[in-house]
Order: sequence, then structure tokens, then C-alpha cells
Amino acid sequence: MTERIPRTDPRGTHQRRTLVVVGHGMVGHRFVQAAVERGLTETHDVVVVGEECRPAYDRVALTSYFAASSADELSLLPSGRYDDPRVDLRLGTRVTGVDAEDRTVALDDGTQVRYDALVLATGAAPFVPPVPGRDLPGCFVYRTIEDLDAIRDAAATATSGVVIGGGLLGLEAANALVQLGLETHVVEMAPRLMPVQLDEAGGRTLVRHVEGLGVTVHTGAATEAVLGEEAVTGLALAGGGRVEAQLVVFSAGIRPRDQLARDAGLAVAERGGVLVDEQCRSSDPHVFAIGECAAPGGVMYGLVAPGYSMAEVVVDALLEGAGTFTGADMSTKLKLLGVDVASFGDAFATTPGALELVFADAVAGVYKKLVVGRAEDGGHRLLGGVLVGDASAYGVLRPMVSSGITLPDNPEELILPARSGAGAQLGLPDEAVVCSCNNVTKGEIGSAVALDEDGAHACQDLSCVKSCTRAGSTCGSCVPVVKNIIEEHFAAQGRVVDKGLCEHFSLTRQELFDLVAVHGYRRFDDLVEAHGRGRGCEVCKPVVASILASQFNGHVLGAETKALQDTNDAYLANIQRNGTYSVVPRIPGGEITPEKLIVIGEVARDFNLYTKITGGQRIDLFGARMEELPQIWRRLVDAGFESGHAYGKSLRTVKSCVGSTWCRYGVQDSVGLAIALELRYRGLRSPHKLKGGVSGCARECAEARGKDFGVIATEKGWNLYVGGNGGANPAHAQLLAGDLDTETLVRYLDRFLMYYVRTADRLQRTSAWVEQLDGGLDRVRAVVVDDELGLGAELEAAMVRHIGSYRDEWQATLEDPDKLARFVSFVNAPGTPDPSIAFTTERGQIQPVVPDDGSGAGGGRTPEPVLVAATIGVREQA
Amino acid sequence: MTPPVGQEWEPVCRLEDLEVERGAAALVHGQAVALFRTHDDRVYALANHDPFSRASVLARGIVGTRGEVDFVASPMHKHAFDLRTGRCLDDDHVSVASYEVRIESGVVQVGSRQERRASA
Ligand SMILES: Cc1cc2nc3c(=O)[nH]c(=O)nc-3n(C[C@H](O)[C@H](O)[C@H](O)COP(=O)(O)OP(=O)(O)OC[C@H]3O[C@@H](n4cnc5c(N)ncnc54)[C@H](O)[C@@H]3O)c2cc1C
Repeated sequence: MTERIPRTDPRGTHQRRTLVVVGHGMVGHRFVQAAVERGLTETHDVVVVGEECRPAYDRVALTSYFAASSADELSLLPSGRYDDPRVDLRLGTRVTGVDAEDRTVALDDGTQVRYDALVLATGAAPFVPPVPGRDLPGCFVYRTIEDLDAIRDAAATATSGVVIGGGLLGLEAANALVQLGLETHVVEMAPRLMPVQLDEAGGRTLVRHVEGLGVTVHTGAATEAVLGEEAVTGLALAGGGRVEAQLVVFSAGIRPRDQLARDAGLAVAERGGVLVDEQCRSSDPHVFAIGECAAPGGVMYGLVAPGYSMAEVVVDALLEGAGTFTGADMSTKLKLLGVDVASFGDAFATTPGALELVFADAVAGVYKKLVVGRAEDGGHRLLGGVLVGDASAYGVLRPMVSSGITLPDNPEELILPARSGAGAQLGLPDEAVVCSCNNVTKGEIGSAVALDEDGAHACQDLSCVKSCTRAGSTCGSCVPVVKNIIEEHFAAQGRVVDKGLCEHFSLTRQELFDLVAVHGYRRFDDLVEAHGRGRGCEVCKPVVASILASQFNGHVLGAETKALQDTNDAYLANIQRNGTYSVVPRIPGGEITPEKLIVIGEVARDFNLYTKITGGQRIDLFGARMEELPQIWRRLVDAGFESGHAYGKSLRTVKSCVGSTWCRYGVQDSVGLAIALELRYRGLRSPHKLKGGVSGCARECAEARGKDFGVIATEKGWNLYVGGNGGANPAHAQLLAGDLDTETLVRYLDRFLMYYVRTADRLQRTSAWVEQLDGGLDRVRAVVVDDELGLGAELEAAMVRHIGSYRDEWQATLEDPDKLARFVSFVNAPGTPDPSIAFTTERGQIQPVVPDDGSGAGGGRTPEPVLVAATIGVREQA
Repeated sequence: MTPPVGQEWEPVCRLEDLEVERGAAALVHGQAVALFRTHDDRVYALANHDPFSRASVLARGIVGTRGEVDFVASPMHKHAFDLRTGRCLDDDHVSVASYEVRIESGVVQVGSRQERRASA
């Protein structure tokens, strides 16, 4: 756009002209702002006539009015007047007619105003379908602050409300009814919500979110009549359905307010709207139309950004510029009922040859689809997409559609869960428009934070960039990208924040978990090749091993995973300070028969192992040389023992008190339940170790609230607590649900554990995980107990798969020579014990001798026990 | 890679006996040595003794890369040692002995202790 400021009419001459603007809404206001900024008031007096009693306000954010302290918070012109005295704003006044011949407008206060140029910015009005009963008290539309006041008043005496229309605005209105405490219904004629923007699957994900918030959704439902005599009592649906409600909000689309133009004989579009050309000029050259009342080329746009562009174009036209409006991006991003929804470009993949890439994470309630086509250089380009549940990528994706740049090799990375520096990796070109509402490019944001000649930053942070460039100040959807661009800029100057796992993956555990789920990777090499770099390390390899185990439950020492395992998993035992191992057979719930107890004693005696009772109610056998482990386990497995997984980031024990069977206070069978739970979840690999406890009464002898999951018996059933642990940062488990029967308890536990396994970070214990979840324990309860995301069945199925594929790791190892091959002291001398391992005796049992210098194999045997100091060693058993 | 005087090449095992990107302990010249086979089938030998924990365990650590350097993380406290030189990547003052290795007709042979430039 060339900027021309005519100076031919200096102020004060008789040639000043008059510009009349009808409508002081979002677009009308933007028009006046631009007119003032670009010098149009040097030559024109501007008269603005607005029907509403207040100056323009942010209609896009209308719903936030309920939370706002006053209408002023939404105002776009809080002072009520423009600083430029040549603008005359007349509010609470309606234009009743336009005389295009005389070039005058008539106002409802009886005055007339002559114009040289007229700009119609009258917006649109809600469409109310002609159903019987639509005029009954209790029927509303959702467009102005006054509408909202009326709805709020009516809601005070209503218990339920229904919104007719499940599109974008209908869902906003439903949100408002929920906020007002009404039982809320949405009735949509199409088979899904937001039919214009979303595809089937996206619509389904949205329904799940919306229903999770307590809204009842009726899709494929036509409204036959509004019921009621004096006031609304409900809705009759085609096919006989009925919805009870005392309040009805119509949100079945909008119609351009083009009546003034029609009456004045101006051309209107077939489907409504003042027909205008590329300069937004109507069939009368002195009359322009902008915003929702206009139909450039016959098309009306129900969004604010195209209206803003039209406003700029008309200012340009009046300055004799050459700007044109040639159509707009109808991409949308909104937060509906707290759910992010976005749809952009060719969302329905109608372009020939288009491919769809879909990422769906039912746990998080996220659905993302990219529509991809061939680019001219043979690569891929983005055509459009749909995002539900997480639209953070929108700001990056939408400009990729319009700039047509070739996509990176892994386009699916674009929709995998957001990570730090996404904007940086995606390399948007400087000319890409980041903020489409205000037409701000990446380059402009970059220069706002760049150093100026004096070595100072124009802007240091997001809020400054927002006010300087206007980027992100309208709908806000591009704010994350703007933030990324700013961060990227500062990072380039040496401030780097990396949330990645290690130098090989700039991804978190959860992101890796999702990648494995989407692609089905089963080998570390494939994963690091596609999404990382280098050959891995002691941090990422065990994480990947754990993720593979959680999803596929293969053997820890399987061909693809054995090289990845951490110290203890690598030998299925716990390494001790002298390089020997401890052995812990599973003793579910701490219950053991005398025969089995004797076997443990015999094994300990025969292999000369140090024996100790653990805190988890089992027995730890210390001092086993690595090459002895298979023989020890042969004996244990033959006697019916299995691995206790004391070495894994996995379920350890479910501790129990003796319970109602023996205890005179007990109210439930805590031992029976503890055994059942321990057997159910044994072998489940998780981000951190997991412990459980079951107490048979409120005395809590099993210390269940110090466990990741704790169950305490009540008279009526069980109370379930989650998120506890001992250790360095003890945490008390918190009540998740009370008085459960055993079946429900197990169902909740299945869901809880799987939810944790899927979404927690590396080495994040349940307590820390619950704490960092958005919403904390309430969020866990929403997913696990209330099943708000509708994921319960899926999480339970994942647990059932785990249980079905469980095999004792030690038994499987003993049966497989390949797995046993590792258990030798020296490859070239398998029968020779490591000479550096030595023991002494203390209180009748062995203890390690640790060489006191660093000279390799030194130390040797110390035949006599030497008491160096009376210290009590404290050590953590992994 | 000529062996220095007085040191023999000792055949230890076949290359296939070693797991890829994992270690194995061997007794060489009477010492516990940790052998590591990297993804590109090179083999390195370090003393098996972890100077931090004073246990003979390095062969049981995870093998990986830091930047361009192949290393093993001790299974005890995860100190990293450069497979080529035995230098500890987390502490400049610490290193373990490293040994010459060659592969002849698929057999891994370990030679003498490597000279280190910076060693005392
Ligand atoms: C709840 C809600 C949520 C929305 N969310 C989004 C969103 O997320 N993103 C988005 O892009 N868009 C959204 N929109 C749409 C957006 O608000 C409109 O596109 C925008 O307001 C259009 O601006 P406008 O100036 O053309 O019309 P309006 O803002 O409606 O302004 C027109 C003004 O003209 C006045 N007027 C009409 N006739 C006369 C007359 N004869 N005389 C005097 N004055 C007159 C009207 O009273 C009104 O004040 C939303 C709308 C609503 C209602």
C-alpha cells in the first residue's frame, strides 16, 4: 500500500469535506483510528453515529463481560471520545435513512447530516429462525453487552438453558450459561459441533470436552418450536425430543445489517451484505461499506480481521491510495469453554492429492490434523488443518499455509505436543504474517526487540512488543509464537532455555512417549535417528527403555532394549557399593508361607548372602556376585518365587497391615486386597518407582498415605489416596475418592496409574506429577473419577493389556541363553570370580570390604573384621 | 599401533561375543579390563575399576556419546569416561587406564596400557 497524504487542502479552507461513519463497532472504531493516524482528518471532518449507548467495545471478548467488573473493561475507547477534535462521536443515535441523491443521512434525533463520503459499518445481527414461540419472554440473542445483561437477569431465576446452534458463537453462549450456573444444552442441526470449521473426528473430540464440562450436546437435532405460554418452558425437537429450559439463546448464524443500503437502492449481495468492490466501494461511489455489513465480491466475512483490513482499504481509497481487499483468511482460533479450537486453510482436505496427518491423544483430549500437499520443489507444503484441545501450534501453522513454504522433513513434529523453541525450529521467513488480526510480520517483531543505534532494546518483553507492534493484541492466538520469536531472539544473544531430556533429545519424556505411540518405534536407533542426534547416553537410553516397556511390555533384556537398560535393570538386580547385587523375590502383600520362607533362608545360606527385612515387607539378599544371579534365581523360581522388581522404575510392593482376618479392629481384608493389587500391577514400568499400601482400618498401620497409592478401609468400602511417598521429600497421599467398592477402586487405580505412566516426566514421582498438572488433584479426579475426557475405558484397556502380557522377567531370562550370556564375571574367564570383591563378617553375616585406596584391584581379602569407626551407613536402595 | 616392548597382544574373545554399545569385563594380563564395542564396531578397553566408587564395574555402564566423544557412564554414580583415553569427562583430575585394542580375524586382542600425554 502506498501512503499518500494530500496536503492540497490545508486546514481552515472552505474545502473541508465531511465523512460520515454509520456504526461505532469494532470495525467502525478501527476505521476512525486509521483515519486519524493517516491524516484523513486534515481534510475531513468525521461524524460517527453509533446506535449503542457506549463507544465501541471488544465484541470478540464479549463473554468475558460476565467476569469483568464493568463494561469499561471491554471498551476500545474508554475515554468516550477521540483526541482529535475533528471527530464528532454521537452515541445512542441511530441512522434511520440514507439519501444517496442528496448525500444526507437522517438520524433518529431528527437531525440530518450531509456527507461527501459515507462509510457503513453497521455490522451484523443474529439470525433468529422463524420457529413458533421465538418471541416469548426468555428468548435471547448473544451480540451486545445489553443482551448479556438481559441473559444474566433471566438466569437468576432459571435452572436450565438451551442454546440453539452449535457453531462458534453458540458454544460461546453455552459457555456463558455454564458460567451463570445453568444446566446447559446445545442443540445443533448438523451431525457435529462447529460443522463449518471442524471435521468428524475434531467435532467428536470437541463434544467430549464440552460434555465433560457438563453441557448436554444434541447434534443432528432440528428445533421445531419454543414451548411455553407466558414464558419459555422448553424446546420441542423434530422427532419428538424435548428439552426443558427457562431460557433460550438463539445463535443460528448472523445476517449483515444492510437495510439502510437496501432502502437507499444500493446493490446488495445475494446472501445479504452491501455489495462492494475491491476498494469496498458500493454501487454508489460515495458510499463504502466495511466489516460484517459488507460483502466484498458477494462474500460476507463474520470475523473481525477481514473487517480491519477493509477499514484500512477505505482510508487508503479516501487518500487516493491503491489498496484493495481481495479476500481474507477465514482461519479461526478460539478458546471455547476453555477448549482451544482452531481451523485454518483447507481444513477438509478438498485439494486434489491432499494428505492428512493426524495426531490424537485421547488422554489429553487433543485432536490435531494437518492437511499437506505437494510443493513445487517436490517437498510438502501445508494446506490447512484442524486443532482441538491444543491449538498452540496455530500461530506457526497458519502463516505456513499463506506463505507456502516447504515443510520440514518431519511435518508431524508440527502437531506433536508443543515444546520449547518450536518457532525456532520451524524457521518462519521474516515476511510471514504472524498476527493476522493486525498484519504484523515476524520481521517486524524481530526489529521491535532488536538493538537500536544506541545499543538499547526498543522492547524487552512481550507486553512491550504487543503495544509497539499490536501483534497479539486482538484475538491473542499468535501470542505463543510472538513469545517464541522474542525468546529466539534473546536466545541468539546467549540466553538459552532447554527443557529437553539431554543433548540427544530436545524433547521431554512425555513427548517421546507420544512419538513412540504415534510411530510405533520399537528401537532406540530409529527414535534417535528421526527425532534426536548422536548415540544416546545414560539419561535418554533408560527413558526410552522404560517408554518401550510401558507401551509394549517386552522383556527388559530383549534384543532391542538390553543395551539401553540402567545399572539395575541391566542385570535384574540391585547393584551395591562393591559391585555385587542384592536379590529381592516378590512377596505380595508381605504374606509368605513357612515353606517359602525356608527356601529364602536356604538360598541365603547356600550362597552366603547377607539377609535383611525391607521396609516393603519383603526380604533382601545382599552380596550376590553378578555371575551367581542366574543360579540363585533358578532356586527361587523353582520354589515359586518371581522377580520383585526391586531394581526397576516400576511397581515395588503393596504393603499391608494384617487386616480384618486377624485384627480385632480391622474392617476390611487389607492383605487380600494388597496381594491382588500387587499381582495386578507387578512389572508395570513407570517414570519413577511406585509403591502402594493397604490399611484395614483408619489406624493406618500399613502407612498407606506414605505411598504413591494408598487404600484405607472404611465401614462402607475403601478410601483411595494418591500421590504420597517417603524418602527425602516426604508427601502425604491425598484423598481421590471415598467409600468405593473393590471393583470401582480397581478401576480408578487402573486409570490413575496409566494416566501417570503416560504423562509424567522422567523420574517424576506421583506427588510431583499431581502437583504440576494443570488443575492438580482436581484434574486427576476429573480424568480418573469423573471420566470427563471419556478416557477411562482406554486407560483401563491399556492396563488390561499390560496385565495380559506380564511374564516373570527372571523366569524368562533363565529360559533364554541369549539373555543369560551377559551374566559372566569375565568374557574370557567365565568361571573366575572377580578378585576385587571381598567380604568380612559382622554380626554373623557377610559385609563388603571396600578397598581404602584407589589402586585398582587392590584391597584383597581382609581376614579379620576391623572396626574403623562406629558409623551407621545409610544408603538408598534404588 | 605397534605394541611397546615387553607387552604382548592378548586375544580375549571374538568380536561377536561383545554386545553392541555395551561393555563386558575381561581378565587381561591379570587385570580386570572393561571392553566396549561401539555402534561402528570399534572396540575400546579401559580398566574396569571405577575410581569414584572403587568397585570393579565400568564394564556394566551405559555406552553413549557426549558431543563426538564415545563414553561409558559408570553404573555406580554415572561418572562418564572417554572410551578412547579413559579420561573422566566430569572431573579433569581423574582418569582410568586405557589399553590398546586390535581386531585380528574377528578376534579382539588387548595390548599394552596406552601412553597418556597429560598423565603424571
Ligand atoms: C460472542 C461473540 C464472539 C465473537 N468471537 C469472535 C472471534 O473469536 N474472532 C473473530 O474474528 N470474530 C468474533 N466475533 C465476531 C466479531 O465480533 C465481529 O466480526 C465484529 O464485531 C464485526 O465488527 P463490525 O464493526 O463489523 O460490527 P459490530 O461490532 O457489530 O459493530 C456494528 C455497530 O454498528 C451499530 N449499528 C448498526 N446499525 C446502525 C445504525 N443504523 N445506526 C447507528 N449504528 C448502527 C451496531 O449497534 C454496532 O454497534 C464474535 C462475535 C460475538 C458476538
